Amino acid sequence: MRYSGLQVLWQGLTGNKGWAPVWREPEPKPEYDIIIIGGGGHGLATAYYLAREHGLTNVAVLEKGYLGGGNVGRNTTIVRANYVLPGNSEFYSHSMKLWEGLEADLNYNIMHSQRGIVNLFHSDGQRDAYARRGNAMINQGDDAILLDREGCRKMLPYLDYEQTRFPIYGGLYHPRGGTARHDAVTWGFARGADQRGVDLIQNCEVTGIDIENGVVRGVQTSRGAIRAKKVGIVVAGRSSQVAAMAGMRLPVESHVLQAFVTEGLKPVIDTVVTYGMGHFYISQSDKGGLVFGGDLDGYSSYAARGNLSMAEHVIEAGMTLMPMIGKARMLRSWGGIVDMSADGSPIIDKTHIDGLYFNGGWCYGGFKATPASGHCFAHLMATDRPHNAATRHRLDRFTTGRRLLDEEAAGSQHNLH
Amino acid sequence: MHINCPHCGDRDQREFSIRGHGTGLSRPKGETWSDDWNDFLHIRDNLAGRIQELWHHGGGCGAWLVVDRSNVTHEIFGTRLVSEVRS
Repeated sequence: MRYSGLQVLWQGLTGNKGWAPVWREPEPKPEYDIIIIGGGGHGLATAYYLAREHGLTNVAVLEKGYLGGGNVGRNTTIVRANYVLPGNSEFYSHSMKLWEGLEADLNYNIMHSQRGIVNLFHSDGQRDAYARRGNAMINQGDDAILLDREGCRKMLPYLDYEQTRFPIYGGLYHPRGGTARHDAVTWGFARGADQRGVDLIQNCEVTGIDIENGVVRGVQTSRGAIRAKKVGIVVAGRSSQVAAMAGMRLPVESHVLQAFVTEGLKPVIDTVVTYGMGHFYISQSDKGGLVFGGDLDGYSSYAARGNLSMAEHVIEAGMTLMPMIGKARMLRSWGGIVDMSADGSPIIDKTHIDGLYFNGGWCYGGFKATPASGHCFAHLMATDRPHNAATRHRLDRFTTGRRLLDEEAAGSQHNLH
Repeated sequence: MHINCPHCGDRDQREFSIRGHGTGLSRPKGETWSDDWNDFLHIRDNLAGRIQELWHHGGGCGAWLVVDRSNVTHEIFGTRLVSEVRS
């Protein structure tokens, strides 16, 4: 069914009896051309673009739990293209362009809202760094405006500009940045893939990867063996465990990143705001909750929950920046298992095993990459050549040390990116 | 999370900072780039379960610790001084 305003009206007038489930629940077939392990945002986007761009529909997505139950349903929904390094810059720019056409493409309301992002700076040095970042964004063809303090004050009057420790000097404004409803992105890609014939198989845990003489033959699952000519691993925080089934060790450590939401409030924060001197960023959801987050807890974790000390740290930073949020009551906090690569940038590459591909290491920035990650991974799996926008996200950059993509110049430490 | 410092006893995690995976203690001997260095800097087994980690008791006695911890439950099974692990 094609969704439209007219359809809503028609269904409303006819008792809403015409709405069907958005995707099928097929039994796994014995064999597929391509298996995608992981039914999160990136896996579903990969399946969607395999079908849409390459006509490959004999494809299954295998998901251990339910579709979108991992990081795509746990992130803070921010979409942006403000990277500097060659490799990342063109990739996130590509993603932004896909985002901008995604609702029409999917015929699905993902609530993509280009409400803008302001990255605040608090010193002369930081202003220079952000000016450089803005120039890199403009050179890439994206948008950036350097605001001075008064420019910021006009947009964000509620910040504490005169704080003694870190007064606000200005901000880098990225108007095309914003947010999207994360669950809807999952559902939109799932629906689009299913409509084109992709089998989305939930409650199907991959327990082994079958490899013969260096060639992938299929997977073992909790619902039996499934053969495949090509297999893609797209499992975020569980990357190391799934890759280990193929005998691989990855440059990845799994960490916990927490996020927080307040009770629903009337509209007050109409952009995304990030604090330049503390790990804190915030936006307001369409339901009214203030959604905010900060830094990793810092230690390896698969618990999907963090500790109180980081919650305090994030909230203190928030209170320093915008004291008004002290009046809001926090509703919930949660954590996601993020696959931190050693240089802070992702991997979209073939592996040394013929027919086995890997997509991971998204750290805590995977959501904004969802369309481009799927688009480029589908291109790689279909053609065995990297997409032009993702030529540098190689797995072997760690082995050689050449062309590491260390966006923040933090060094080879998994918890510093 | 509480960490039991061998010098100071059971203390709040806020007093400690994480200094990475326990493999940080096995620094390669060679001075030039090699697979050993790639393994040391980048590659992790990244197991889900009991792991060894380095923590620094910066807000207390200043000791470097090896902490035996589950990264699935956050339960801590034991702590030792790095100086003892190394000797």
